[in-house]
Amino acid sequence: VLKNVLGHSAQLVWHKENSLGDTDAVFIPGGFSYGDYLRTGAIARFSPIMQAVQNFATNGGHVLGICNGFQILCEAGLLPGALIRNRSLQFRCENVFLKTATPDSPFTNKIPADKLMRVPIAHGEGCYFADETTLENLKANQQILWQYVNAQGEATEQSNPNGSVLNIAGVCNEARNVAGLMPHPERASEPLLGCADGKLIFESLINSVNAKAVSKAA
Amino acid sequence: MSDPAITPQLVKKHNLTPEEFEKAKEILGREPNYTELGIFSVMWSEHCSYKNTKPLLKTFPTKSAKILVGAGEENAGIIDICDGLCIAFKIESHNHPSAVEPFQGAATGVGGIVRDIFTMGARPVCAVNSLRFGPITDENGTTRVPRVESGVAPDSSKTQINLDERGFRRDAENDTRDACAPQILNNRRLFAGVVSGIAHYGNCFGIPTIAGEVYFDKSYEGNPLVNSFCLGVLRHEQIARGAAKGIGNPVFYVGPATGRDGLAGAAFASQDLTDESAQGQRGAVQVGDPFMEKLVCEACLELLATDCVAGIQDMGAAGLTCSTCETAARAGTGIEIELSKVPQRAPNMTPYEIMLSESQERMLIIVKKGREAEVQRIFDKWDLPWAEIGFVTDTGKMVVKNHGEIVVDIPARKIADDSPVYQREAREPEYLKAVRAFRLDGTADGQSPIADTKDPIDDLKTLLAWPSIASKNWVYRQYDHMVRDGSVILPGSDAAVIRIKEDSLPVSREDYEGSEGKTSPSQPSLPSRDNSFEKYIAMTVDCNATYVYLDPYEGGKCVVAEAARNLACSGAVPLGSTDNLNFGNPHNPEIFWQLKESVRGLAEACRAFNAPVTGGNVSLYNQNPNGPIDPTPTVAMVGLIEKPEHITTQWFKDEGDVIILLGEMVDSSDPLLGLGGSTYLKAIHGLKTGTPPRCDLDREKTLHTTLLGFIQSGIVKSAHDCSEGGIAVALAECCISQNVARDTPRLIGAQIDLSQAKENRLDALLFGETQSRVILSVNPLDAVKVVERAKLMGVPAIQIGKVGGDKLAVKTASGEFSATITELHDAWWNSIARAMA
Repeated sequence: VLKNVLGHSAQLVWHKENSLGDTDAVFIPGGFSYGDYLRTGAIARFSPIMQAVQNFATNGGHVLGICNGFQILCEAGLLPGALIRNRSLQFRCENVFLKTATPDSPFTNKIPADKLMRVPIAHGEGCYFADETTLENLKANQQILWQYVNAQGEATEQSNPNGSVLNIAGVCNEARNVAGLMPHPERASEPLLGCADGKLIFESLINSVNAKAVSKAA
Repeated sequence: MSDPAITPQLVKKHNLTPEEFEKAKEILGREPNYTELGIFSVMWSEHCSYKNTKPLLKTFPTKSAKILVGAGEENAGIIDICDGLCIAFKIESHNHPSAVEPFQGAATGVGGIVRDIFTMGARPVCAVNSLRFGPITDENGTTRVPRVESGVAPDSSKTQINLDERGFRRDAENDTRDACAPQILNNRRLFAGVVSGIAHYGNCFGIPTIAGEVYFDKSYEGNPLVNSFCLGVLRHEQIARGAAKGIGNPVFYVGPATGRDGLAGAAFASQDLTDESAQGQRGAVQVGDPFMEKLVCEACLELLATDCVAGIQDMGAAGLTCSTCETAARAGTGIEIELSKVPQRAPNMTPYEIMLSESQERMLIIVKKGREAEVQRIFDKWDLPWAEIGFVTDTGKMVVKNHGEIVVDIPARKIADDSPVYQREAREPEYLKAVRAFRLDGTADGQSPIADTKDPIDDLKTLLAWPSIASKNWVYRQYDHMVRDGSVILPGSDAAVIRIKEDSLPVSREDYEGSEGKTSPSQPSLPSRDNSFEKYIAMTVDCNATYVYLDPYEGGKCVVAEAARNLACSGAVPLGSTDNLNFGNPHNPEIFWQLKESVRGLAEACRAFNAPVTGGNVSLYNQNPNGPIDPTPTVAMVGLIEKPEHITTQWFKDEGDVIILLGEMVDSSDPLLGLGGSTYLKAIHGLKTGTPPRCDLDREKTLHTTLLGFIQSGIVKSAHDCSEGGIAVALAECCISQNVARDTPRLIGAQIDLSQAKENRLDALLFGETQSRVILSVNPLDAVKVVERAKLMGVPAIQIGKVGGDKLAVKTASGEFSATITELHDAWWNSIARAMA
């Protein structure tokens, strides 16, 4: 999507490498790292490359984790909370509606206010969980980026596909440079595939990375 | 550990007849030892040798200008799709294992077919499946008269089985909720287990499961069918072969260590399924590791991008035995392996066990001499266990040593190619007499007339909620049907459509050498996409086994016709097909007749639609103590859609669009008016009988070309084929089947006028399953043009209504009926979830 749809350069990094090289932003994609037999992301977080991602993030670099990538970031402690088995105990693959709860983050700044994004989910362990205090902090610091809602934009029990607390679909860290979400924006970035809403998330990130570059230059 | 002596009992235990054992001795010029006996047993099982079906399979059309690798040549057929690209696809069954252990049985079924595809050098891009189970709802809850009298005549070899014991009829007399509840619970257990097994393997491997079909019928009770299909993409020059070429070339083993799981699974799959065999054979079910398969797949595709590979073969059925034997046979060479070098999971495994194990995710690779180091580097990079276990010889023999001592010495080609071939006796089944005599007015003796429908809306809802017709969202929402960014038409329309883009392909040699394998060489650097290059592949899998049971020849034609019709509705032209012949015990002449006749129908229809068979699978002995399954020759058909704008879906689009029926309202030449073998008879009247509707292949073909003409001229807004449940169910599906998102269907009503119909039997008009029919919706401005052009082409066509409103309202000569689309949607969408809750 980054390269083919948005015309940006992208490079895959092999998990055994130790360095990310010179890059503006890091994406940790979906998948089933190591089969996720033990617990999603539990082993991938120990991949050599993750140390480099840690450092990149600590130095303020932008990191976005999608699906398994979100799970890995939570396991690695780069994001608060955890992702557990879906309420249904079944894998779920379907389109859902997302409401943007925090419009001014590096990952949401291009998403129009009140825009409902239609984006697919595909996971068995996407039920976001965090303890009370963590949730309070998330709210206080506006770290909740996206919530599952129905077609009317209401975060209802019915519209929650996996049982996540507060219908949380995605969050960011306190510094706002690391974010993760269970839905797959990359699968909803072309009209041919039914919907291009997901593109807004990538455009937001590109926008803020560029802004950062400019401010550096200045 | 000393091997047991070869006794007649032991030979029998290996499913070899005395004659076959003699033949084995003749080939060896001596008596086989225990390990060799095991090898003959699996190599000559139906699963590996097709000994009962070879003569029939020869009658399939298998040639076309586009076919690059034909049926039987390799692990899967390959078809050209232009621009230097081609696709490899195949369907295969995993019925018996799934009956014993549904989750792992179904999971490893997916693993097996995916392996067949990347063994050809193709990158697997999507999976499809066809499933059959016993009823998951109490059918008497929805039927109004006792269940049908029908059944395949007894297996002549088992006199104690008589017609009454087929399951159907027993239950017909005394079918009470209590009596059938446990069986239904077991059917649900198998259904849920199989679906989660497929989801587990496919989702974790990262392949979208984008289409499929599920039917529920008493005949599959205790013997479910699990047929898995996989499609892969590659460039012409990337086609890999499973031949042990090059004398002296080293033979590599890659993948997890060999264990005792799946011992002689192929032989197990080639015998009747009984409670005892099921219990006893639990050890014959393998355990899958999808992530390992992903690593093996990527490693093999990377390996093939180098020039190191002389031959490659997966270890599927009959594991090490089949792969060594077949590769040598294909190349006309010999092969020698040393078992002590084979990675082993369990301590002190015997040669017999190592040779017959069906441990999963293993590959056999014949490497060009001198290139070993490169191969080892790639395997190590992907953290894969590997071992060099032998070499190619010029002896034409398959020689297996264990710590230097020869334990197997068999002429490879002889055992692979000279397997016994049987011309089985075929006799027309008894039950067909009653089937043919059946009439709606009850003129057949001992048969009461079929009352016309009293409450069409109630019957329509019953049909929409009938599990075989109801929405399968409970199934496909558990499959990741979108991974890899290629799913253009998701499950839920007539055919699924997948986009072939540059990263659907295995890495090319140029790209690979460019990248020197530094980064992940499956995609050295993200390829920039050139959209003109993209292709759109449509696929569907179909089989109305009730038709085939009631008339194998005509039913066989209908199976292929429906598949081709589904492709046409999506805007695709057929490229080819792959079939999975699921039948009962071929030693029963009546079952073999079913097999023979349906193959005749399939072959004729595949010719008619120019969809040659590129390969497939035969699964016999599908019967449990209650009797055989309905004959189920599943057909998966693949087609090409020229342009993205031709991709068509089945649901109505805009208010005011005109609805057109292509084909006849009712086939008046059919004495049963399309109700023979219909779901209506089964669901509403509890009857599974009557001669099914006829399919005239010429008319069907004309319908498809006409429809494609309309679609390509851009005037078709929706196209949906009429199958189970007739016009009424098809119309309802056009109104309710579009799904925007979770809990957000897009419902749109329709006003229908069928009063022009000559037929005065309402059930025949609404629920009759007359063939060769499609429901279109078009812009009002195009309606007249479409009807006229269709008639010019010789296709009956008539305007039957308009899209719009919140009801499905139907006007007929005998009255008007209507239902809100929300209630229809609820019945159709939630039926299976409710049953499984």
